[in-house]
Amino acid sequence: MPASNSNHSKAPNGKMSIEDLQKMAVQVRLDIIHMIHKAKAGHPGGSLSAADIVTALYFRVMNIDPHNPDWPDRDRFILSKGHACPVWYAALAERGYFDKKHLDTLRRLNSILQGHADMKKTPGVDMTVGSLGQGLSAGVGMALAARVLKKDYHVWVVIGDGEAQEGAIWEAAMAGAKWKLDNLTVVVDNNGIQNDTFTDEVMPLGDLPAKWKAFGWHVMEIDGHDMAQIVPALEEAKTIKGIPTVIIAKTVKGKGVSFMENVPAWHGKAPNDEQAEIAISEIRRQLS
Amino acid sequence: MTINHALYHYVRPEVVDKLTSDDLFKTLPSQATRYAYAEAILELGEKDPRIVVLDADVSKSIGTNKFAEKFPDRSFNFGIAEQNMMAAAAGMATTGLIPFASTYAVFASMRALDQVRNSIHYPHLNVKIAASHSGITPGPDGVTHQAQEDISIMRALAGSCVIAPADSPTTKQAVYAAAAYEGPVYLSFTRDPVPILFDESFPFEIGKAVTIRDGDDVAVIAMRDLVIQALIAAERLAQEEGIQARVIYCHTIKPLDTEAVLQAAQETGAVVVAENNVTFGGLGSAVAELLVANYPIPMRQIGVKDTFAESGPYLEVIHKYGLTAPHIANAVREVLAHKARFFKQPNLSAAIV
Ligand SMILES: Cc1ncc(C[n+]2csc(CCOP(=O)(O)OP(=O)(O)O)c2C)c(N)n1
Repeated sequence: MPASNSNHSKAPNGKMSIEDLQKMAVQVRLDIIHMIHKAKAGHPGGSLSAADIVTALYFRVMNIDPHNPDWPDRDRFILSKGHACPVWYAALAERGYFDKKHLDTLRRLNSILQGHADMKKTPGVDMTVGSLGQGLSAGVGMALAARVLKKDYHVWVVIGDGEAQEGAIWEAAMAGAKWKLDNLTVVVDNNGIQNDTFTDEVMPLGDLPAKWKAFGWHVMEIDGHDMAQIVPALEEAKTIKGIPTVIIAKTVKGKGVSFMENVPAWHGKAPNDEQAEIAISEIRRQLS
Repeated sequence: MTINHALYHYVRPEVVDKLTSDDLFKTLPSQATRYAYAEAILELGEKDPRIVVLDADVSKSIGTNKFAEKFPDRSFNFGIAEQNMMAAAAGMATTGLIPFASTYAVFASMRALDQVRNSIHYPHLNVKIAASHSGITPGPDGVTHQAQEDISIMRALAGSCVIAPADSPTTKQAVYAAAAYEGPVYLSFTRDPVPILFDESFPFEIGKAVTIRDGDDVAVIAMRDLVIQALIAAERLAQEEGIQARVIYCHTIKPLDTEAVLQAAQETGAVVVAENNVTFGGLGSAVAELLVANYPIPMRQIGVKDTFAESGPYLEVIHKYGLTAPHIANAVREVLAHKARFFKQPNLSAAIV
């Protein structure tokens, strides 16, 4: 990936309608199933739960240029819950960052698509992730850098609810408030499940909105699968001044595939041939 | 050519028979050693009420969820919060409990390293750190989950005990031994299945390296998942080139069995160390430190060089990064050539002893 020296002041930005976004999210889900099935490994549950949020960001909200992935003025995106990178790879491929044929190589030797996202291997990946609880701190760093460099890009970070058990998330939350990072927005993919089982059983997060509020953040709560809520919330986040914003998105792990929905076992397991076929036909049906 | 079984010790004959066949990994019974740990801890829980298990949201991936089902009062899932888990384990150990804190090796040895150092090792508390996905044994997950440095890091802590068993039966023995040992122990397990090499008769003792194949041309010292690779290399070298390599299974990296290593060095005159870990600070370094001060003979290291690896199937990744039998065989050829030059030096024996 060559470093770019473009003087674009504004990236050509595909601004999709809500309806087109819904269709794109279906395509992203198809890619996720295809990719993980082909790799015979990966994390479908958390990829599917974040599909609508990531689609809205890449196809409507973010100021980006797929032909110029290193554009210094671009909005930054970090999927801090890096195990869900199939959703990221799908969105990047659909947005034109790289050829879709790469999706067949997920987790293979010599692939640009690593098991957890690698910023040095995949065009469009702004931060290397996979060890939970670090992406938000990286986001804080990028948001602070925008000040130093006098740039007005926005930094978007998606974290998992399980991931919010890491103490470092709250260290970053304090920092975001201290420095009044209104160019930083966190979306919590609040699907209620982590690796072992339901989050409430493993380590309850308690009142998440109250926690973020207490840390000094502007808090919004939405349905993370309703484009008509996702898009306005993301757009509102950009307008909030003086404090960082967190959007707590209620989601369903495995969303879109009936047998994966809300089933902890689908956190990190690939569908077999038959399951993949059913999953794909179920997702396709959502197009009509 | 037939395989000389008499050269092998404790290695199951079925394994010895397969050493030169290409389908060894497909046909030999195998198990990821993380699951052997989970079985052993379940048995220990039955016998010793002081055993408690701490998890960090990967209990299902390691198998300690079975302990949680059986002993709900002695099982604690801290969620995705490894640092909290490690320091809490330290606190529990102060009361006489024997905590086994289980997570992936990257998080056990690196995410929570400060807790592991300052709260566990400095006060020398009786915490057992059960680390799965050690070395580059998690292939497909990629670099963030590959703990290629854990052995080096843990070895650097004062008073640490570091064990990296090669297969499931000796993993179970290691877990029992760790429970009986007073002080912190780091146990390193594989994510991927490795062939079952030994049976319960293996004489496992913390700090005791075991010769599992005789040979006087060169000593190959190996740990964890590279023990099988060392055995394959040794048998191929014997059959194809008449080289007799002694293979030493060094499951305890620290404390190192200095006697066994020095004896092998003196009897063979050349050493190769094979580890699925970086070549800085791990088993290779431990052996080199010992030899350079006591018996400086030619030595080569097989390990991860100054690079991170990548995603891919386990065997493909370790092959690409230079950790399989052909690489060990090459290192043996190299060290033997060096040995031949080395021992031609005049007055050498006076110089090195
Ligand atoms: C620091 C760290 N600890 C443990 C893991 C292993 N792990 C990968 S995914 C996961 C569960 C994540 O749960 P959550 O953040 O809720 O993600 P989602 O349910 O959306 O997939 C765990 C424990 C990790 N990647 N990083």
